[in-house]
Amino acid sequence: MQSAAALEVAGLVKRYGDKTAVDGLDLTVERGTVTAFLGPNGAGKTTTVETCEGYRRPDGGTVRVLGLDPVTQGSELRPRIGVMLQSGGIYPTARAEETLRHMATLHAHPLDVPALMERLGLGSCGRTPYRRLSGGQQQRLALALALVGRPELVFLDEPTAGLDPQARHATWDLVRDLRADGVTVLLTTHHMEEAEELSDEVAIVDGGKVIAQGPPDVLCKGGAENTLRFAGRPGLDLPSLLKALPTGTEAAELHPGSYRLTGTVDPQLLATVTSWCAQNGVLPDRISVERRTLEDVFLELTGKELRS
Amino acid sequence: MSGRAAAGTYAPEPGAAPLPRMVRAQAWLETRTQLRNGEQLLLTVIIPTLLLVLFSAVDIVDTGEGSRVDFLAPGILGLAVLSTAFTGQAISTGFERRYGVLKRLGASPLPRWGLMAAKTCSVLVIEALQVLLLSVVALALGWSPHGNPATVLLLLLLGTAAFSGLGLLMAGTLKAEATLAGANLVFILLLVGGGVIVPLDTFPDAAQSALRLLPISALSDGLRDVLRQGAGMPWGDLAVLVVWAVVGLGAAARFFKWE
Repeated sequence: MQSAAALEVAGLVKRYGDKTAVDGLDLTVERGTVTAFLGPNGAGKTTTVETCEGYRRPDGGTVRVLGLDPVTQGSELRPRIGVMLQSGGIYPTARAEETLRHMATLHAHPLDVPALMERLGLGSCGRTPYRRLSGGQQQRLALALALVGRPELVFLDEPTAGLDPQARHATWDLVRDLRADGVTVLLTTHHMEEAEELSDEVAIVDGGKVIAQGPPDVLCKGGAENTLRFAGRPGLDLPSLLKALPTGTEAAELHPGSYRLTGTVDPQLLATVTSWCAQNGVLPDRISVERRTLEDVFLELTGKELRS
Repeated sequence: MSGRAAAGTYAPEPGAAPLPRMVRAQAWLETRTQLRNGEQLLLTVIIPTLLLVLFSAVDIVDTGEGSRVDFLAPGILGLAVLSTAFTGQAISTGFERRYGVLKRLGASPLPRWGLMAAKTCSVLVIEALQVLLLSVVALALGWSPHGNPATVLLLLLLGTAAFSGLGLLMAGTLKAEATLAGANLVFILLLVGGGVIVPLDTFPDAAQSALRLLPISALSDGLRDVLRQGAGMPWGDLAVLVVWAVVGLGAAARFFKWE
């Protein structure tokens, strides 16, 4: 059992009427990792996640969650996963602590409820009905519900949407704690920064398929190149600089005294540029390295047009 | 809400609670939610009590021979079952579906049939409280019940099954707002046309034979035969309730949509 990946989705197909929401999607999530599931609206993220949670029956392909089939082995699977729904799923008049305590009662070895409330900044609103909680508090209560049963695998649907920066960082710390304690996390998000901060793996989905998957730094390295800019004396001997740099690197003086290098910008390249400057008596100024962000990669892969 | 937790705080230790504990917890939560809800209390407690007191004290409808409370109390007990098993359950379940509560519970260790068992327990607990309260009020008004309590219990349970099926069918197929309006409308129509406070023999003959097939008519008529006249098993009324229970629960099981 422990050898199986936390999540194995192969060739998943899901149709709604004549619309294909998921079109042969493959995704593997290793145990104990945090995977960010990114994609434009309508890309098939929610359908995929809800199929893994057992809400939807696949029209094709196979889904194994903790080695189990979510449809036929749901009763065995459900106690082992934690689910955070975007829509909350809490009755408006239900009180925060009562709701969390109830979910704890449905599990064999739940977390300590007051400690979890405290950790998520809900300590002072235990008796507040759900509808009177702020948007951020509602969001954190939904997160607490996903965690209270001490699951092996949690599905978090946009866990920081609508949170202020403090609450967002607290939630990130919590996800890091989960990972440190060996919990597998699959999170869908639109925040690229969140994906870069938290995840071991990023899977970008579009048109019902995973179109790129890998660690965030690897995804950012591939494809288009990075840029190094600096300012110095006008008219530097760029061909001599390029001789010192790896082939494939390009250099240009954009306007007098302002230089741009493109290529694989790594510490070695930076060292070479500064030592060449030293040999030539140039003091490089305003050195800046621009690496591609995950957002750049995401927009390159999924295009810039707005989705419905 | 900052800082990192001690290592191991979130170490996985998954598992479902024992099934009886889950059902008990769910039933208790549902019962509390119902008892906290003012609109539901109006429907399940205040309206039946008011009708019982008002129509017992004032001679508004002709209830035939005998004391008015002896006619009214069985009908009001039927109304109590209608208000909780049908109207209350339809409205609360309809809104649970709309707010995603049912969806969220669908990913919890509580199985669907466990949820349904809990809802049934909660309905029975509320009905027990209603019957207790209404019986005390009726006795204070001079009610003298007859008959076998076991027969009364059987009628109440079959009525609960019939109304639960119809209530869940409504909650699981219509929008929450439509369920809210529809369940209240049905409550009023059945209150008037189901022999609860108005005897069915005051309706024209053709209407009477149709109205007698309503579950509320079978329940109030059966209860009245036993409690007022001390009759034995009211087989006809029991048969009508069984048919409604089978049809209602069967259709609910077939057509209920969880999301």
